[in-house]
Amino acid sequence: MTTKALLITPELCIGCRGCQIACKSWNQLSAEKTKNHGGYENPPDLTPNNFNKIRFMEVPSEKNPTRWLFVSQRCMHCKDAGCMKICSSPGALTRSETGAVVTNHEKCVGCHLCVAGCPFNVPRYNRKTNKLAKCTQCADRVPNGLTPLCAKTCPTGAIAFGDRDELLAKAQQKGYAKVYGEMDLGGLGTLFAFKDAPKIYGYADKPAINEFVIFWHKFLKPASWLGIGGMTALMGLHYLAVGPKKETQDKEEPTCLCGEKITESTEEREANHETKQ
Amino acid sequence: MTNHWIDLRNADVVLVMGANPASNHPISMKWIMKAQEKGGKLVVVDPRFTQTAAKADFYTRLRSGTDIAFLGGMIKYIIENDLYFHDYVINYTNASFLVNPDFKLPADLEGVFSGYDEKKRKYDKATWSFQMEANGTPKRDLSLKDPNCVFQLMKRQYSRYTLEQVVQITGTTKEDLIEVYKTVGSTGKPNRVATVCYAMGWTQHTVGVQNIRAFSMIQLLLGNMGMAGGGINALRGEANVQGSTDYGLLFHILPGYNPAPTAALTDLKAYNEKNTPKTKEPSSVNWWGNRPKYITSYLKAIYGDKATKANDFGYAWLPKVDEGANYSWLNMFDKMFKGKFEGFFAWGQNPACSGANSNKTRQALSKLKWMVNVNLYDNETGSFWRGPGMNPKDIQTEVFLLPCASSIEKEGSISNSGRLAQWRYKAIEPVGESLPDGEIINELYYKVKDLYEKQGGAYPDPIVNLAWAGHKGEAGKLGHIDMHDVAKEINGYYLADVFDKKTNKQVGKKGDLCTNFVTLQDDGTTSSGCWIYSGSYTLKDGKEVNMMARRGKEDPTGLGLYSTWAWTWPVNRRIIYNRASVDPNGNPWDPNRALIQWDPVKLDPKTNKPGVWVGDIPDGPAPPMALAEGKKPFIMKPDGVGSIFGPGLADGPFPEHYEPLECPLTENPMFKKHRINPTTKMFFGKEGDLKEDEFATCDIRFPYVCATYRITEHWQTGLMTRHVPWLLEAQPQMFVELSKELAKEKGIKNGEKVNVSSARGTLWAIAIVTDRWKPFQIMGRTVHQVGIPWHFGWQFPVDGSGGDSANILTPTVGDPNTMIPESKAFMVNIERG
Repeated sequence: MTTKALLITPELCIGCRGCQIACKSWNQLSAEKTKNHGGYENPPDLTPNNFNKIRFMEVPSEKNPTRWLFVSQRCMHCKDAGCMKICSSPGALTRSETGAVVTNHEKCVGCHLCVAGCPFNVPRYNRKTNKLAKCTQCADRVPNGLTPLCAKTCPTGAIAFGDRDELLAKAQQKGYAKVYGEMDLGGLGTLFAFKDAPKIYGYADKPAINEFVIFWHKFLKPASWLGIGGMTALMGLHYLAVGPKKETQDKEEPTCLCGEKITESTEEREANHETKQ
Repeated sequence: MTNHWIDLRNADVVLVMGANPASNHPISMKWIMKAQEKGGKLVVVDPRFTQTAAKADFYTRLRSGTDIAFLGGMIKYIIENDLYFHDYVINYTNASFLVNPDFKLPADLEGVFSGYDEKKRKYDKATWSFQMEANGTPKRDLSLKDPNCVFQLMKRQYSRYTLEQVVQITGTTKEDLIEVYKTVGSTGKPNRVATVCYAMGWTQHTVGVQNIRAFSMIQLLLGNMGMAGGGINALRGEANVQGSTDYGLLFHILPGYNPAPTAALTDLKAYNEKNTPKTKEPSSVNWWGNRPKYITSYLKAIYGDKATKANDFGYAWLPKVDEGANYSWLNMFDKMFKGKFEGFFAWGQNPACSGANSNKTRQALSKLKWMVNVNLYDNETGSFWRGPGMNPKDIQTEVFLLPCASSIEKEGSISNSGRLAQWRYKAIEPVGESLPDGEIINELYYKVKDLYEKQGGAYPDPIVNLAWAGHKGEAGKLGHIDMHDVAKEINGYYLADVFDKKTNKQVGKKGDLCTNFVTLQDDGTTSSGCWIYSGSYTLKDGKEVNMMARRGKEDPTGLGLYSTWAWTWPVNRRIIYNRASVDPNGNPWDPNRALIQWDPVKLDPKTNKPGVWVGDIPDGPAPPMALAEGKKPFIMKPDGVGSIFGPGLADGPFPEHYEPLECPLTENPMFKKHRINPTTKMFFGKEGDLKEDEFATCDIRFPYVCATYRITEHWQTGLMTRHVPWLLEAQPQMFVELSKELAKEKGIKNGEKVNVSSARGTLWAIAIVTDRWKPFQIMGRTVHQVGIPWHFGWQFPVDGSGGDSANILTPTVGDPNTMIPESKAFMVNIERG
């Protein structure tokens, strides 16, 4: 089968969040109790029950009071996938025939190394089930000839699904000379047609896999089957990469997928705005 | 909509004003963005930078309630810069008609048109009339130069709407005004078309109808009515609200937009005389001249054999409206508050949250003896007696909840904004004891009828004579309704063999379904429950066909008409007034957007004579107006042309700017004497008026303009969406949006709880501090505006974390024509919680 991809065009997104709800519906993900934190965006972050969320970002604009961007955040289905490289349990993360990175809960041992291995801060660890959770590009729909539900739901064509090569060609035809994810990390399965620098949309200019992942992949993983030694290394690495166990994941300030803070403070934004003017 | 959803893609300019389709009609953005893809421009005018504005080619803002000032300036700009479509204006509008010389404009009378009665707050419209020729047709000056012609009066009316004046009132910048005027004005050419999308942002004002009229005038000036990609397009707020008005849901109309009879019209003859427009214009179709056929066929549908010529087809049994009475929402709840009702059916609605001035509405419910709440499940209305500020011990209202089936649990038709009636099917059986609304009404009907039959009563005739049979259940069982029977009854039947009165040719066979409304009769030989839907369930090759269930996907014109998909009223015409899309000889103004075209050579299959329309279904088969026996394009108007001068409304033949009931200004910058619409009904101000109806304008206690609106995740009062956990997760709480400037002034931080209050109540909300709102400069001072969604209610979520209805704040005041409440411009205060 040919490699498939999702092409997301934020300029076409109207922020209706049909895709966010459709994702929850298809995957039967339960809702969380949320609060309004002073904006439309909710839930505040990806969670084991939210594989796809739309970020509402107000960035400076020259012609309007603001520029309001609606940008999807979800698994990028990297060809060179940090999560797969670091995964300690063979078969827990697999590559589908169409190129998607698919989770297999039966094989997942709950080490959540993949959380640290992801350059986009996407996989989420579910404490209750001791499994990781993320978008699978609707791995239970696509082999059956169905479009991922987010793409099917989108009314404006902001999310398109199809053959990766065709989507890239189409984006180029529409004037997007450089498509985000075309070459990055071996080629992403979630492509973004950005009109401006990726950073404005909350994405790193040059996404790269964490050094730890490479280290693990090259040196430690091959020996991991050696048992206790491997386990110790695993635990050590887990501590280094993931850090000590945290009690709460409820973050007030959403962070950029590239690890930077992207919601500017009022003062910062005003300063930026003034400089632009 | 004069046009339809898909047609939005045919526009060169899409003006979105008083609407936010990206949030509230997301699918429509598909078509709007297709227009943009082809080079069309999306222009958004809104007090707030909305999700739609985020996709606009040009965005500008105005203070809530100043749309007429904005659009009046546009009319002036179009006229002064000669951007209007001359041929269209002269031939297809009443611009050339000469108006009664006694007619006076507000400029002459300190802010009112001639005929104003200050005491009654009403106009005597005698002077709002045309000068007549001896033959009874209006006098015209085709040069448009006569000072009394409509065009010159319009020019004079809007000469006051200078850019400087508009800037002062609206707070829009001069540059932005010119940009919008230029862009919309660019479509006054035959090959360019603009459309408008509006919703409650235009209607929910004390000048709501005039907001829409102002743009209708612009569409006539630019020649955009009747065109593909043009027209006046109301984005209806509910999936089937078009259907509900078509079927006479409102108090003032019967199904098919026939006026409700009044007490003074004691017989059918009087009704028809009063309500059937006459014309002496030979080239006018004057379609409403057929009114008697439609009302008679309606009476035959509801009273059947009991309706005879001798008894006026049962006209006497129709309920009559008291002369001058208005039974709309605000008045009804005012009466309820004053204890004038014993009982109330709250059917498919949630007045405790949806009605303006919720505190008063909730109090009104407590004055009832009984209330039947028909809904999917309990809501703030059914549980009003245990709501905030209520003491159940003091409330005697007995509340019954009848659970009804949801839309996916029943079969039937649904009519969308584009007048498309589409059949839909039952997906699952109704849950629990719930029943389709129709079956609840059916049961209620048989029970009431039984009582009348057994006990008599004051006037049993209207009930016992209803022609409704075959739906009664066996003893002890509920009856069942076949929706196809109802759809057929709406379409109508030939009750006898019917012959064309002119040709004497048979047009209908006794017992058959009617072909369409063209063959309906005024002599009792046809029936039709709603004439505009006649043709929706009809005979094709001897078989009964439900046209609404069609699913054809052909689009031969490429204009997106999809004429074989479901069915559109009238007679499956997708764009109404399409005879205005061609020149007087029947050639399309724009060949690239040709809806219809007159082919003078091709033989008419009916008459076998040369000359026939090709393309979509034309607004009537008559030849174009320049030819022999030709007819004018606006077939619903007695004069056959579009009304730039529109004497039909309560508040003036031209729109005029008046301030909202509650506004930040002490006086109307246009006229000192009349701050607000002079014909608006006042609920407060006189001695003895209810304190619940208090308003506070230009009042230091409530200094900020406020508007209510919707968000994507919730629908109406939120009853159907707040109970969906995924939607509540995405939008969990009542919020108020305000500018950074106002937040700084008030020391309010983003995300904190604040109190928003008006003269009628207070609610809490989470502050969203944003660049999407900016302060306005109005008459030399800074005016802040804030906005709130209206989907929340105290009952759910049960922990009270959602907040309460925005309508706690909205005023008891409405448009004089429709009485729709003014929820889009009122005054509030905002304070840290």
